[in-house]
Amino acid sequence: MLELRKDIFADERDDNLKEIGRGTQRQDMLGHVTGTSTYFDDHKLQGMLHLKVLRSPHAHARLRRIDTMEAERSAGVRRIIRGADVPRNLNTLLSLINFGKDDEPSLAVDKVRYKGEPIVAVVADSPREAYEAIAKVRVDYEPLPAVFDVEGALKPGAPVVNETYPKNTFVYHDVYDHQKLRFGDVERGFAEADHVLEQHYQMSPIEHAPTETNGSIAAPDTNGRYVVYTSTQALFFSLDTCAKILDVPSNTFHFIGGTVGGGFGGKVDTLTEPLAILGAMLTGRPVRYQLGREEEMQFGSPRGAERIYIKDGVMRDGRIVARKIRAYFDSGAYTRLSSYAVVKCVAHLPGPYTIPNVHGDVYCVFTNRTPATAMRGFGVTAMDFALECQMDKLAHLVGIDPMEFRILNAYRDGDMKAHRREAKNTALIECVQVAAEKAKWPLREEMRRMSSRKDGGGSRAAVSPTPLEPAPQGAAVSQQRTTYDRAPPATIQPPPPTPTPSPPRPPAPSPSHGATRFSSVFGTRRR
Amino acid sequence: MAKHRGRGIASINYPIGMNLGGDPSQALVHSNPSGKFTVSLSSIDLGQGMKSVTRQICAETLGVPVEDVYVDTADSDTGPHCMGSFASRGTHRVGNAVMAAAKEARGVMMEAAAEELEVNAADLETDGRGTIHVKGAPHRSISTKDVAIAAQFKQGKTISGRGIFLVPLSEVNPETGEMSPATCYAHACLVAEVEVDDETGEVAMVRMDSAYELGRALNPRLVEQQLVGGAWMGISHALFETPEPYYPDPAHGPRDFVEYLMPGPGDICPHDIAVLERPAADGPFGAKGPGEMCANPVLPAVANAIFNAVGVRMDELPITPEKVLRAIKAQGGARPQARR
Repeated sequence: MLELRKDIFADERDDNLKEIGRGTQRQDMLGHVTGTSTYFDDHKLQGMLHLKVLRSPHAHARLRRIDTMEAERSAGVRRIIRGADVPRNLNTLLSLINFGKDDEPSLAVDKVRYKGEPIVAVVADSPREAYEAIAKVRVDYEPLPAVFDVEGALKPGAPVVNETYPKNTFVYHDVYDHQKLRFGDVERGFAEADHVLEQHYQMSPIEHAPTETNGSIAAPDTNGRYVVYTSTQALFFSLDTCAKILDVPSNTFHFIGGTVGGGFGGKVDTLTEPLAILGAMLTGRPVRYQLGREEEMQFGSPRGAERIYIKDGVMRDGRIVARKIRAYFDSGAYTRLSSYAVVKCVAHLPGPYTIPNVHGDVYCVFTNRTPATAMRGFGVTAMDFALECQMDKLAHLVGIDPMEFRILNAYRDGDMKAHRREAKNTALIECVQVAAEKAKWPLREEMRRMSSRKDGGGSRAAVSPTPLEPAPQGAAVSQQRTTYDRAPPATIQPPPPTPTPSPPRPPAPSPSHGATRFSSVFGTRRR
Repeated sequence: MAKHRGRGIASINYPIGMNLGGDPSQALVHSNPSGKFTVSLSSIDLGQGMKSVTRQICAETLGVPVEDVYVDTADSDTGPHCMGSFASRGTHRVGNAVMAAAKEARGVMMEAAAEELEVNAADLETDGRGTIHVKGAPHRSISTKDVAIAAQFKQGKTISGRGIFLVPLSEVNPETGEMSPATCYAHACLVAEVEVDDETGEVAMVRMDSAYELGRALNPRLVEQQLVGGAWMGISHALFETPEPYYPDPAHGPRDFVEYLMPGPGDICPHDIAVLERPAADGPFGAKGPGEMCANPVLPAVANAIFNAVGVRMDELPITPEKVLRAIKAQGGARPQARR
């Protein structure tokens, strides 16, 4: 049941609209309910071949030798594709927006870094013949020690998962192994607090489980172009990724998609398109590559696990005065998009509450598991779980109703957020009030009278003096741990009167391949 | 041995669009000679209703009925660039691009109509049903179809428009994390009621009550679909799902829907939803986006409800019966908290 509460914030809206606000039936409803909507796999092309990949049985192993002789002679095989056949066999998705270093091959060459990593692709007349040929590929593996725990991966002597990032962490701003948030002085906040509560939370990986698994069909078109039917969630993102990996101009491709059988973030990674197109280039025939259900569940990227430590200082009257967070994102063996989610997570701290002292350190860590990727609520879902469990514990600790505890701490218009921007257009208090009303949860009259539009700003708009650690010189300090559980940082610098100036913009790199880099827009994203 | 009921809450906010911005989307709108409009996009409809929402935005902006607009998505030869369908950016980013394109097209349409009616374009208005007329004089009118015919064959005008929406990219301070992550935020609060069996550790959902603030519900039916479905996903994340049940040990990964647990029809519960609308200054008609955030409050609300029911804190996801039972045993039995 959905109820529109038009009475709230009515003075901020013009409700005199004709089409907006109506529950119009979807444009594509008839196609969906009659089963006639066209998905990528509805394109059955004449002479279509099928591509399947050999996946590593080891989480971490050196590839001593790959022998495809017998597989090449297998019935129905049209082409075997190895890493050396991929024009640019190293990529990172966010290179399109100049963020991060190329760290992931389309087909593994020297080493495999997670169980299920593709090593060799087989293009055959049927999926069955492709699988039969894959069974005949001989690979000589030298198993290597693997690391699966995010904090274990940061210990000295831990196996190096991905040589592009030898400290097993993504590198931020060229120097840090994590993204920092510093707002006020948490140590002073803890010293003043009536209670300090320190807890830790863990979210396991989660599978997107789309009805339609990841897949694409690539076919040679006239005039040297290729048409690609795809399940991607981001058409040009996938197109430009393929142009880079295959080292051709982006207008070589005509991508067609748009109707997708469930994405939830799991169809941004462009898992199948580059090899399907390469297969079509090498055979001159249409090539279909779709993940099976087991491949999708185990080797298609999941929502990554997160481990979160929270330490809060709270007053007896319910005001939270300090919040310190350390979190580890498990990126798996390659970066994909986890590096981006870390920054988004830092921006989200400390949740929708006004807290005068906030300290965050969030890490993107490499382990020997299936690379993680975006999923609904990326960078925020696990943190919200941790923050809201913590809020419940704090309310319990100080003996305040959990609804009222949230209203008490909620951010309001005019407050300063921890990323040093003013809160505007807030509505948390009203959501709590209405949810309480719906759930018949009693709130005291004074709590029912509170408003996001009242009593914000003023002292709540201030940035408290913020002690900063000395900035490192040059080399990354990757293995260095934070002082989370120890005394306050020894070196207290004088608090800067104004926010630290932004770093200078690095020169935009020149495009070195066919893909459009959007560099006029994103030239400053590499940090 | 008994079943215990408890209630828990969570309140959240969620940023709209790619963090830090820098994620443009474009749209093209044009009319055919019969006054029927096509919106060309490369954006993806994942089932969330992107085509329908942008269609309503276009129709409202042009001042024509929604039946006169068709949205064509995701062809790289015809649709201009879009960053993609993720980060709750569809309604906000693509919606704004479509609005800009439709405004430009409307400008040409009104000029063409003004020429036919021999009046000033500023004196004209649309009735939203396919007619353009002089303000205060509905009888001095022309249909959008006749305007399109005149524009195409007589005036030599193209009733079309281009739109782009871009939130400029923000930098991030390495030392303080100072940044401009998003221009607007959606909000929510959710109350979950659960029943915990202290003999088996099983958690059954009893009901959920929630309030979501989304800027503007452009299509309340699509919003309802997102919020109901998203909350199911929240239940699933809270109590069922993971491809690594013994994380960080990667063993025993599920391979299909028999082994990968998700809630069935008997595992979900009634959900009573209120929608609040505080328009975002830069949203299309104030809209933000319900896409991702609707699942988020469910996870902690369920964990907090379990504490209220049996007194154990479940800090690791998913909250399986095994984990609940172990926690109850470690505590020496269920300790129901004060009923709420």
